[in-house]
Amino acid sequence: MSLLELDGVKVHFPVKKGILFDRTVGHVYAVDGVSLKVEAGQTYGLVGESGCGKTTLGRGVLRLVDITDGEVVFDGTDLAKLPEEEMRRYRRRLQMVFQDPLGSLNPRQNIESILSEGMAAHGIGKDQDERREKIKEILAKVGLPTNALSRYPHEFSGGQRQRIGIARALVLEPDVIICDEPVSALDVSVQAQVINLLEELQESLGLTYLVIAHDLAVVRHISDVIGVMYLGSLVEEAPSDALYAGPKHPYTKALMSAVPVPDPEVEDRRERILLQGDLPSPANPPAGCRFHTRCPWAQDKCAVERPVLTDVGDGHKVACHFAAEIEAGELELTRPTGIEAVVSTEAVASQEAEVEDAAPEPASKVPAQAPAPKGEDAEHEAPADEDGAPATDGDAAAAESADADADGDPSESGADADAPEPDASAKKAGRTA
Amino acid sequence: MTKKADKVDRLAELMQTSESTSGASLWREAMRRLRASKMAIIGAVIIALFVVLAIVGPWIAPFSPSAQTWRGEVFANKGEFVGARSGNWFGLDHLGRDMFSRILVGARQTLMVGVVSMLIGLIVGALVGVLSGAAATLGGRTGQRIDTVVMRFTDIMLSLPSLLLAVSIAAVMGQSLTTVMIAVGVVQIPIFARLLRGSMLVQGSSDYVLAAKALGIRKKRIVLTQILPNSLSPVIVQATLSLATAIIEAAALSYLGLGNPDPAIPEWGVMLAQAERFFDNEPMMAAYPAIGIIITALGFTLLGEAMREALDPKLRG
Repeated sequence: MSLLELDGVKVHFPVKKGILFDRTVGHVYAVDGVSLKVEAGQTYGLVGESGCGKTTLGRGVLRLVDITDGEVVFDGTDLAKLPEEEMRRYRRRLQMVFQDPLGSLNPRQNIESILSEGMAAHGIGKDQDERREKIKEILAKVGLPTNALSRYPHEFSGGQRQRIGIARALVLEPDVIICDEPVSALDVSVQAQVINLLEELQESLGLTYLVIAHDLAVVRHISDVIGVMYLGSLVEEAPSDALYAGPKHPYTKALMSAVPVPDPEVEDRRERILLQGDLPSPANPPAGCRFHTRCPWAQDKCAVERPVLTDVGDGHKVACHFAAEIEAGELELTRPTGIEAVVSTEAVASQEAEVEDAAPEPASKVPAQAPAPKGEDAEHEAPADEDGAPATDGDAAAAESADADADGDPSESGADADAPEPDASAKKAGRTA
Repeated sequence: MTKKADKVDRLAELMQTSESTSGASLWREAMRRLRASKMAIIGAVIIALFVVLAIVGPWIAPFSPSAQTWRGEVFANKGEFVGARSGNWFGLDHLGRDMFSRILVGARQTLMVGVVSMLIGLIVGALVGVLSGAAATLGGRTGQRIDTVVMRFTDIMLSLPSLLLAVSIAAVMGQSLTTVMIAVGVVQIPIFARLLRGSMLVQGSSDYVLAAKALGIRKKRIVLTQILPNSLSPVIVQATLSLATAIIEAAALSYLGLGNPDPAIPEWGVMLAQAERFFDNEPMMAAYPAIGIIITALGFTLLGEAMREALDPKLRG
């Protein structure tokens, strides 16, 4: 029995028009039938490009948006059908960490008030003194000083604010934490610290995570199982390593091939799938397979029949009619795919250009990395010390922040396959190193 | 290990020296910015003088504001007036009363009209706004219907010219100072209601309200501790600014003859109205109350604008 099970979850937003009386003229199919299981103590990573519905799915689990159809079974209870007050009580066990650390903290409440509000709502702690003790304990766990209590959110740095956001979830002692893009709004040097903090907390508190992100490096680092979303539904689900080693769905292949390799020669020679066209509107999704409008291998069947997520062995699930054929290379390309092997056509010229392009990158890494050991890094090490973690932990963080430094812009829609993906190069770098 | 311990110590030190141990709330920071603003200081000084005048005016006035002491010197029908002179610094009015005393005593009435009508507008408007805003943000579909009904009603009120609305109310209720205050106050209600509701809608869709819902905080508490405190800034600014408009509108109503009929209690708006008949012969009779109204309104406007700047989170430095 999994701790959290989603079965056919749909979230459709009505599109309304009218001056006096609104009438529904259509729906945005933000989440359109997602089934997944999150095992206790594990991390499920959800990736997908901007607008694919991953955030809506996370909010749907917590009933922050209304679920149109489907079941969200948490610990044996279907949350989707709970009356409001009972759902409110269940919220103690399912918490959320938000994308925007500043925006998700009330600017007029101090930290003590922010952290104790949830406890008061759930009757944790007899009085404010008892709650304060508990809050101090959690603050130490997430690596914030106790004198943060009387301060206000705007007085903290981005990384510290996200720690407050995490602490706010932790004081309620939840079982599941849904992390909605937990690091995408953070400075790259701070991202790794927050990710490591989340991992440490998972280990010491036995938490279960559902991590929503567009950053492939982040998701890979933290997840046990990864689900890839496209236009409101899962196209592939597999254990983290298996997915990165052998993506089976064409969309996942394209996504993975957008990850640049930090070696100019390999980078030039490897094949890249450039998807044609844009993401279709979720208000008017294509019939059949949602991906057939952009899929390089699309067949007649794809436009008619919607593939279901099926297990192809070892817990690797794919929603594609022709996954096996594509894998075996039996299928002809049906579309100018833009699969490019740059080197074959204009080898010399492009290689020179690429080298020039690549040159500033290592240079830009240095200044970004340099300030890390000064403030934030030391701050990261504080909790590691208290938890009695080995000293190498801090070093790992340093390596990790170097890793993430290659990420040019954390807020971009990183999973966009059309653009080369700088985030993920960091991950590759970390792996090859 | 020692290196790490050093780092932790340094961090602790940094946290302590960065500022005082108690954090600075946004209200406190707004106050700090307000104190640094010249506009706010000028406005506050004008308002302070006006308030002091309103409190002590009747005691420091050299003469009775209603006694027609110099009746024999003024012949209004012949166009003979007495201007400023020693003893009567602002001259005499058409009934031979000391203008200076009347201005001093009238300040209290004018302030009262401004404050009371602003409070009527603020309190009723804020209640309507909170109801509507809370219903719209957290009340689901029923709440949104309530909000729509309430807002269409305020739209109707807003669509009437404010002076016309005030005149109608005053006409129904009869001629008195209370009428003026209620009429001017009612005109302000939809403004406050709309402002607070709009502000609450913005805050209601913010991430921290979503976070509060995710935490499992009860709706009533979300409205009171999360949405409302963050929605108040524009309302506070509007309250200050509307003191100025209230005083001007009250003057207009008095000018139209709907103000206080009691001649024993002078009020700047009524004085202005009475001076109108003699404007050709003695313009100064109108000038004194008019200047008083202008300066007071200016004071409230300056303070209001300064508060707007101080409370605007975008200008936070």
